Amino acid sequence: MRAKHVLPVVLILVLVSSCAGARAQDLVVGPGGSVTTLTEALASAHPGDRIVIRAGVYREPTLVVDKPLTLVGEPGAILDGQGDRQIMTILADGVTVRGLTFRNVGVSYVEDRAGIKVKEARDCLIEGNRFENTFFAVYLAQTADCRVADNEMIGTYTREAASGNGIHLWYCKNITIEHNRIHGHRDGIYMEFVEDSLIRGNESRNNLRYGLHFMFSDRCRYEGNSFRENRAGVAVMYTDQVEMIGNTFERNWGGASYGLLLKEIRDSRVEGNRFVENTTGVYAESVNRTTVGNNVFEGNGWAVKLMSSSQDNRFFRNNFIGNSFDVSTSSRRSSSTFEENYWDRYEGYDLDRDGFGDVPFHPVRLFSLIVEQNEPALVLMRSLFIDLLDAAERVFPVLTPETLVDARPKMKPYPDRPSGALFSTTARPNHD
Amino acid sequence: MDTTIKIVKYELNDVLRSKWVAYYGLFFLVLTEGLLRFSGANVKALLSLVNVVLLLIPLVSILFGTMYLYNAREFVEMLLAQPVNRRSLFAGMFSGLALPLAMSFAAGVALPFLMRGGAGAGTGALLMLLVTGVWLTLIFVALAFLIATAFVDRVKGLGTAIILWLFFTVIYDGGVLLFLGAFSDYPLDKPVLALMMLNPVDLTRVALLMNFDVSALMGYTGAVFRQFFGSGLGLAVAFGMLGIWLAVPLYAGLRLFEKRDF
Repeated sequence: MRAKHVLPVVLILVLVSSCAGARAQDLVVGPGGSVTTLTEALASAHPGDRIVIRAGVYREPTLVVDKPLTLVGEPGAILDGQGDRQIMTILADGVTVRGLTFRNVGVSYVEDRAGIKVKEARDCLIEGNRFENTFFAVYLAQTADCRVADNEMIGTYTREAASGNGIHLWYCKNITIEHNRIHGHRDGIYMEFVEDSLIRGNESRNNLRYGLHFMFSDRCRYEGNSFRENRAGVAVMYTDQVEMIGNTFERNWGGASYGLLLKEIRDSRVEGNRFVENTTGVYAESVNRTTVGNNVFEGNGWAVKLMSSSQDNRFFRNNFIGNSFDVSTSSRRSSSTFEENYWDRYEGYDLDRDGFGDVPFHPVRLFSLIVEQNEPALVLMRSLFIDLLDAAERVFPVLTPETLVDARPKMKPYPDRPSGALFSTTARPNHD
Repeated sequence: MDTTIKIVKYELNDVLRSKWVAYYGLFFLVLTEGLLRFSGANVKALLSLVNVVLLLIPLVSILFGTMYLYNAREFVEMLLAQPVNRRSLFAGMFSGLALPLAMSFAAGVALPFLMRGGAGAGTGALLMLLVTGVWLTLIFVALAFLIATAFVDRVKGLGTAIILWLFFTVIYDGGVLLFLGAFSDYPLDKPVLALMMLNPVDLTRVALLMNFDVSALMGYTGAVFRQFFGSGLGLAVAFGMLGIWLAVPLYAGLRLFEKRDF
């Protein structure tokens, strides 16, 4: 009886001591050291080890991380794909990659090569790395509970077809993407089938297509990001309950360029954002039960383009300042409501001094309908003749939607709110 | 040349004494100050000013110009009895009227901005507004001189001036819109830009649009438009055409003035 118990006890002791030993182990890779390639280090490392990578350029076959490890690059540690292969594939849970520079992954039309690709793993942390010309910089597929933060991703791509995305998420859950700077990629951040994730404080600019491209990703939230000068702006499509809060959409110029393109969105919130100098601030197609509030629309060509397929949305307490067109729509009927917005075109009065105009405001101008049908008419903007037409239409609306009206237009613009204070004051979506 | 300067000096005195020009400048001063005070934002005030500039400057310049020349008829006849070159008399009278008008506009608009330490982000737009405003004044005074020399009858002259103003500011654009509607099946980029070139008020408006509504203009899908508005090309062409718009009526007026039998 007694002898039978001895063996398991010894085994447990051995296991415990080996684990303890593993936790303490640091492997150092560097030119001139005992281990000179990362491939060797990865092969000899035990789960839980830390690999420190000294400064130097490492040109190795694709690195496969298949056990929980922490990879830390010292300043000047560069992994080079030599314009060809993927640099690192992570297949294990609990991997951390920090402080490395990845560069030169070759463009491929067949496979999605990346600086770091994480596949079917959990709990990864990719932090403080730099990616230069890495086709796809960070690629997460079927991954959960990961964090991608403080990375810098720089692409010098010129063609949409021959470039990859900065951060690419596919079938992921609970991912946090924070404070990354992405430019020169195809899409800055690409999300498809992603749930319950947070995208915060990133800067995505000068990308060839969308700053953020977002599809089938329910219950995600992005806040405090800045999307500037992307060729097609930001697109959010086929998604429920997405929260877009406190972001900046700036200078997305072009015929098919939108600050924010919304398509098939339901029960979502677009609040506290700034839309500045975009060709189209918000383009909404088949958007339902969504609130657009406390935003600033300034100097856009079209502040809001609301297609007739959109229903039951609420536009409230937004500032519309210096836009060429405030709202344009494709139909005379509209079931979305506009409340208490500030319109710089409003010419009414406020006799009861409650801060809101006594005369309703019709934000759709006749001229916007004319331009919709006949684009070159755009050159007649600000012509006296056009102003006269608009004025006549405003007095007796015949062509512009009569139900699209702000019954209580604000007399003075809302002050710029600090984004922190905003989150507590915003209203929840109105579902009735 | 010497006589021209003498005439300009006399004209300046005469125009300033009539106080009209002072009121004109004061109007712009009060308007700009008011807009800045009530709108609070430079860009918004500038936008409102654009409408006033496009409407009022042509009207005042062309009406004031024709009336002035009709009223000065006896003075002109008297001077022409002296050994005075007709060319210098015409140049002197044109500058003597157009310059104070342009200056009082520029000063009236610029002063309120200067008192606030410049227009900030709208500086480019403000400069553009001032330059185009001055240019419009010159063009419409030139047109006024042409009209006043062409018609001896002052009622006919004033009528023509008003109709010309109405044509350039309102009717022309209505015609353009009709044209666009009628030919909407054809590519109209180039024709519509050409049409804009044929009207000084539209030219000015288009030049100002490039400052205020670039975001919307870039939304237009036509390549010609984007090239025109997105580069310096549009501005260069617009100013070239404005130059022609000043030169042609001025020259035509001068020729008529030289030939006319007073």
